[in-house]
This record gives sequence, structure tokens and C-alpha cells, in this order.
Amino acid sequence: MATNLPAPTEQAEDTDLILRLVLADVLGLSAERIAELDAESGLFGDLPELDSMAVAGLLTELEDRLDIIIDDEDVDGEMLETFGGLRSFLAGKRAVG
Amino acid sequence: MLTGLWTSPSGSDEYVLGFDAGRARRVLVARGLFDEGNKLRHFTVEVMRRLDAAGVDCFLPDLPGTNESLLPLADQTLDSWREAINAAATHFRATHVLAIRGGALIAPAVLPNIHYAPASGASLLRSMLRAQVIAAREAGQSETREDLFERGRIEGLRLAGYKLGPEMIAGLEQAQLVDGQAIEIAQGDIGGGGLWLRAEPSHDAGQADRLANRILGHLQ
Repeated sequence: MATNLPAPTEQAEDTDLILRLVLADVLGLSAERIAELDAESGLFGDLPELDSMAVAGLLTELEDRLDIIIDDEDVDGEMLETFGGLRSFLAGKRAVG
Repeated sequence: MLTGLWTSPSGSDEYVLGFDAGRARRVLVARGLFDEGNKLRHFTVEVMRRLDAAGVDCFLPDLPGTNESLLPLADQTLDSWREAINAAATHFRATHVLAIRGGALIAPAVLPNIHYAPASGASLLRSMLRAQVIAAREAGQSETREDLFERGRIEGLRLAGYKLGPEMIAGLEQAQLVDGQAIEIAQGDIGGGGLWLRAEPSHDAGQADRLANRILGHLQ
């Protein structure tokens, strides 16, 4: 059966890529540094430049680029702690959205 | 580069940074608002340097209530800023307006407008309210954007370090970009990530070159 919907794996790769692009924009990191991020890489709390204003900008940009809505209740330390944690959260939002 | 003063409609003297050689094309710059204006300040001035080098006068007036202004920011509204920037356009005999991000919300429509990555008031407010919610959570308090907005609309609110009055908050929520009134230059036309997103203020010479070239193309 033909479908125009992307396969789940493609969407997952796309989420990973968009998150890396937005983090590069927010943190001003080079492509090499951004490529080095893995699931365990620390974000909020590990990166001093990622303060509340920067996190707010990051989440708002992710909402626009991924066409999702992130509620206040979703935003907690766990969701923002690591690259992998944020990626899983975003993938979950896209799957239901 | 010149710095000087201009008198706003409220009677206050406000700073202006500009390049004035009495040339035919004179661009008034409506800077990004609040934190975005700070993050884009260096970039904005670098774009102006390039316009100057290409033979275009340009002016970056401070808005009442910002930088060294003696007027309280909490008393300012989008309408008071619209009046101020209109008066600046007349004062500097501007022929064009370059509005950056939220600057598009206050740019004088009587002149030809070029808008770089324009942002709606609601999206600026959404980011600032969210930052406040995250900061409060770090401090162990639980707030929601809805509660903050409701409180702000009645008594004003300090958001991301900016003390905004109730009219400013309500005005931002309402302020929409008007389609078709301006030439729009999107971030995608420039390439790279928008510098207003950066956690720390930053500059990108390549982006400034490309934005200035686009603007010059529209001024011909």
C-alpha cells in the first residue's frame, strides 16, 4: 500500500538532525562539535551558556521546526538533562502530534 | 559612525547611532525588541557599516525606555514605540525602513519597509514567558505561562530582565505581522542560524555581508 507518510525510522533521523541543527544555532557550535553529541551528552546544567532564556528560545524554535507544542508541564530537568533525553521527548511529541 | 541624540515625542532625548553623509538613500533601522535586540546589536551595527560603505545613510535610534533612556521601560507600549520611531523617521528624513525581528511590529508603514526575519508579538512573548517559567522552576517555584500572562496583563511583569507594563504585554499578545506590506528577507535567504537564537550575543560577518547585499538589492 502506497503511503506518503515517512517511515518511523526516517522521522527519528529527522528529529535527531533538526535537534542538532537547532542546538548548533543556539550554542554557536561547529558542525564537528555538534556531530559529537551523543545520547549521554549533558545539556541544561552542563552547559553554562544554556540559561533559562536560551532554553526558552531553544524550545520555541524546536516547536516551530518540528510543528509540535511543548507544554510548561513537559519542561523538567530530566527532559533537558541530556541530548538523548531531549531527543526522546521530541520524538514522542512528534509521534502523537 | 556618529552618535547623537534625537528628541522622542515624549520629549526625552534618546541616543542614535548612525552614518549620515547626506546621501539620497536613508535607512531607519527598527532594531529587534528586548533580549533579541541585545543579541543582534553587534550584527545590526555591522550590517549598517556595510550599508554605509555601499553609499547608504542609516540610523539606529534607541527606543524610549531602552538603553540609557531616562524614561521607564514599564511606561512604554507598542504604540508609544510606534510614535517614537515614526518621529525618528521624520527627524532623520528616512527614505526606507529596515526592521529586524520584532522591530517589524513598530515600523512606520508610510515608508517602504524591508523586514528581516520578522517575528510576531505573540512568539516573542511566548519565549519570554517560557524563560520566566523555567527560571522560576529552577528557583523551586511553579508557575505557568497562562498565570504569568494573566497577571502581566493586569499589573505588568518582569520578563527576562525587562520590566514590561500591562499595555505592553497585552499589545505584544495582539501584535501581528501584516502580510504584503514589506519586502521580507527570511533567515533562510541569509543562511546559517539566526543570531537572535544564540545563548550568547554573537556576530557572523558572512551573514552580515549577505543581509546587507540583499538589502542593497531592494534599495536599488
